[in-house]
Amino acid sequence: MAFSDRRDAPDLPDFALLKRLALDQLIYLLEQLPGKKDLFIEPDLMSPLDRIANVSILKQHEVDKLYKLENKPVYSNSDQLCFLIRPRIKHVKYIAGIVNADKAAKRTRKYKIIFSPLKLYVCDMVLEEQGIFGDVICDEWYFYLLPLDDDIISMELPEFYTDYFLEGDQRWLCTVAKALHVLNSLFGPFTKSYGIGRCAKMVYEMWKDLEDESEGDRKEKRPAVGSIFLFDRDVDYITPLCSQVVYEGLVDDIFRIKCGSVEFGPEVTSSDKSIKVLLNSQDKVFNEIRNEHFSNVFGFLSQKARNLQIQYDKRRGMDIKQMKTFVSQELKGLKQEHRLLSLHIGACESIMKKKTKQDFQDLLKTEHSLLEGFDIRESISFIEEHINRQVSPIESLRLLCLLSITENGLISKDYRSLKTQYLQSYGPEHLLTLYNLKRVGLLTEQVPGDTLTAVESKMSKLVTDKAAGKLSDAFSSLAKKSNFRGLSKKLNLIPHVDGEYDLKIPRDMAYIFSGAYIPLSCKIIEQVLDRKAWTGLEEVIRLLNGNEFADPLSEGSPTSDSQRLILAVFLGGCTFSEISALRFLGKSKGYRFIFLTTAITNSARLLEAVVETSLNVS
Amino acid sequence: MSRIKFDEEEYWNSSKFQAFTFDDEDDDLFQLKESKRAVNSLREIVDNDEDDELEKYSWSGEPVGSISWSIKESSSSSRAAGEVRNQGQQRCQSNAGPLSKQGSSYSLSSLFKGLNKPGTLNSFSDAFTDTSIKSFAPELRRPKAEYQDYGGDWSIEDTVRRMKRGKVYSLERFRSLKDKLQLLDEAVRLHDGNVITAVLIFLKRTLGTEIFFRELELRPVALQHFIHFLQEINDQKILQDLFRFLDHAEELALSMYRENLNIPNAEERRDFLKTKCIRLPFSADDATHIKDHYTLLERQIIIEANDKHLEASGQEEIFRKHPRKASILFMPLVTTLFYSCIYHYTEGEGTFSSPANLKKTFRIPEKQYVLTALAARAKLRAWHDVDALFTTKNWLGYTKKKAPIGFHRVVEILHKNSAPVQVLQDYVRLVDDVDLKLNIAIKYKCHNVVIDTYKDLKDRHQLMVYRCKVDRNSPEEEKIDHILSNLQIRWKN
Repeated sequence: MAFSDRRDAPDLPDFALLKRLALDQLIYLLEQLPGKKDLFIEPDLMSPLDRIANVSILKQHEVDKLYKLENKPVYSNSDQLCFLIRPRIKHVKYIAGIVNADKAAKRTRKYKIIFSPLKLYVCDMVLEEQGIFGDVICDEWYFYLLPLDDDIISMELPEFYTDYFLEGDQRWLCTVAKALHVLNSLFGPFTKSYGIGRCAKMVYEMWKDLEDESEGDRKEKRPAVGSIFLFDRDVDYITPLCSQVVYEGLVDDIFRIKCGSVEFGPEVTSSDKSIKVLLNSQDKVFNEIRNEHFSNVFGFLSQKARNLQIQYDKRRGMDIKQMKTFVSQELKGLKQEHRLLSLHIGACESIMKKKTKQDFQDLLKTEHSLLEGFDIRESISFIEEHINRQVSPIESLRLLCLLSITENGLISKDYRSLKTQYLQSYGPEHLLTLYNLKRVGLLTEQVPGDTLTAVESKMSKLVTDKAAGKLSDAFSSLAKKSNFRGLSKKLNLIPHVDGEYDLKIPRDMAYIFSGAYIPLSCKIIEQVLDRKAWTGLEEVIRLLNGNEFADPLSEGSPTSDSQRLILAVFLGGCTFSEISALRFLGKSKGYRFIFLTTAITNSARLLEAVVETSLNVS
Repeated sequence: MSRIKFDEEEYWNSSKFQAFTFDDEDDDLFQLKESKRAVNSLREIVDNDEDDELEKYSWSGEPVGSISWSIKESSSSSRAAGEVRNQGQQRCQSNAGPLSKQGSSYSLSSLFKGLNKPGTLNSFSDAFTDTSIKSFAPELRRPKAEYQDYGGDWSIEDTVRRMKRGKVYSLERFRSLKDKLQLLDEAVRLHDGNVITAVLIFLKRTLGTEIFFRELELRPVALQHFIHFLQEINDQKILQDLFRFLDHAEELALSMYRENLNIPNAEERRDFLKTKCIRLPFSADDATHIKDHYTLLERQIIIEANDKHLEASGQEEIFRKHPRKASILFMPLVTTLFYSCIYHYTEGEGTFSSPANLKKTFRIPEKQYVLTALAARAKLRAWHDVDALFTTKNWLGYTKKKAPIGFHRVVEILHKNSAPVQVLQDYVRLVDDVDLKLNIAIKYKCHNVVIDTYKDLKDRHQLMVYRCKVDRNSPEEEKIDHILSNLQIRWKN
């Protein structure tokens, strides 16, 4: 990609330290239970754990056998059982079952539960109710910062989204605040903070509280990271709902990247087995294509393959000695490159096949029409046909939500008809799904004209009135309107280009959506960073339903590199497309972004989090 | 969602347009494959995988030595024997960088006592030269059990702060309502959901329901936490009491309706829907949906029992030729309609299992009905039925073809079900838009339609171009020649 670099982007701090801290604490916790023990690991923690430890490390600390925590009877002969879990009631109940079964069988063992990243009081309550409080040792493993790549740190808490945005439960907020505290201690002090969203504001306050508590022991040091930007996922739902067309995003949409690694099935590996591959900047081939629009990737890969061919061809006509040097010096690198190249070629082929089958071009056309707001009727009948033909339920939901948010809710007639068709095609129990979507504001029905204004004026009074601030929460789903059209106009989110948008030499962040749309989330961040404040964005703030803040934290020299390193914090998840867009923005403006996200998300994950289905239908 | 898989995807999905056309790059792809082959041949020459720095993969595709891999191994080998194999010599994941390579020969507890072994912990100790980190790090690793600063007389603010930090606390002395509410408000003020819930658990235990609910109603944040808590511990009774108290009719109805999903038995679920759900305070629309849910399940139970019997008896040809792949129970309405169009197409409206009856009972729109019936009948290659689907008679007795979904869609679905060209072309001809018709005809090689269309357009050039695309000496070529030699036609070019 050609960039006009203004300044060299500053170097990134080394986040490997975070892995080290997490691992050390885990080892310490394991050593707190001396002697041989069996370790039961919660499925959701296995992939993150794999990124910082391996079996031999666990074994060195006297872990005998490893089990996946499943709802099955335990066959362990060990006298010590250790459980590594997320603080979930069903896990605690399961463990209680084991302990109580042992008690009944008059068997004594030691039990230890390590909660990660924290123990909830609800878990204590369950332990107490099940009569095993005191029989088990509890501890916490503060593992909530996993560097997935040089510039991406994931908290691996996908449930943050559902718990906060759907259920209104603030249990994970303190974890994010602690994460900021750790990062501030290690890589700060941050000199400036910005944010938008109700959750962002609360997390910011909690973090400031933490900083105040540990004020005494702060020493002046040079910060590595200058500013932070906190962003609530519900400020921009449009971007994560769009089909991803940048390579890394596409791979995530199709193969699902899990904790920085992806499993390529036989259709990609062209063999009979699947391969797990780590996708990060260490993968030289991937690193060059991850941020590219998919249409550029093929050309790049074939160029790369031609070069590889030439390299290999060198061995022709070599004598034994030359061949020996070739094998010892070059072959390893070539083989590595070959392996990666063939995997990514395989992935591309597979992506092409799948996308052709699902009428991707039509789909994109509809998405773009929705974003631009024309041919709405045509888009609706496209969505209807999707539903009628029982194309995947998530795909149909995605389009319905895009329609709803771009249009500020569906008009009653459409809402009712689409809802009926959806239930007929995918099952009546999705009544619950649609209710959830209404609650998070992803799929709503427009309130008829008069009542809307009445409610709105009442609402705005409530929202502005500080004393009634509490009440505004109850109406938050009503108050939140997406106002996408207004925002799009105000922020020029739909670029108007004469002729074709050149995806090879992108001019703005819209390239991540084929030039059709500049991601709202990234645009807001750009605007605020440009102004170093929210001033001048008053109308945008109003359309975004407020809750913005900008706060200078300490004096930092404005010229230092750290001022150009920005920690972008996404509460509720961010997508690979957004990461690509901000990397692009960074390159063109001389910033460098570091991403801290509660989890990597995409449209499917976002929607699956609120889908409800019957146990035996799902 | 596991719908009955009549290979639905195959014909539902259409590909009218090619996505991401890379036609010009096909050559590249070919070259890639060429180079792949070349490179693969090299592998045999120098097969030194043993000292390969690449990650090792087990049969399951997990990197060897990874935890997920090991767990799969230990669960697949017998658990009683269960000794985890020695992984000592296995390599760590390559990206783990310096830290995994170091091997942890040190004891961490010694580290925390300050006995830092020089040299072994380079990056780590470096990081701790900074005082702020030093003071932050021990906080990280002090186990909860070590907190021994139990006092007792903390103020409300102190208590909530202690709870937030996970320290020992006691709520028992907050006995006045005022104290309890201040406790709750303080927890809400600090935004910590975990603490809010803990206070709520205390309040639930020590306050009368009526008073507790009344106060919750005034505190939306606390209320949401309490609702979520009740959902998590699955306390349906209090949850529903709460919704009743708050007058949240929709939530009350939904939470009761949600329970049906946990009933695996079809008859029990049907009865639950009938006795518990139909009269719930839903909006008019939703009440209809719930009623439909009940009716659908009721029908499915009847159809399932009947068809199971029919299939087992082996008397019906359709069941022998196309054995059922799954039970129809709990399937969506559209899937049920599809099923019925496969197995019960000819039945009259009087029977429950007939498509006509389903259509009427559930008010299925014509478009949806035709799409589903078309898919089902085309699947069975029953072209006559397909034809009948689009044939209407007017009052004079003339027949006319009509499709609510557009004939280009019809063609597409037929093509997916490998309808012969003779069948296809009849429907291609019915496409109104000439350009679209031409495109589809070319795409599905309906030569006659292409030729006739060019003839109608009086486009001699295109006809001549097309002549090159049909087989030599084929009837199509003959037809083109015949048309081209027709002097009656006034060509536009």
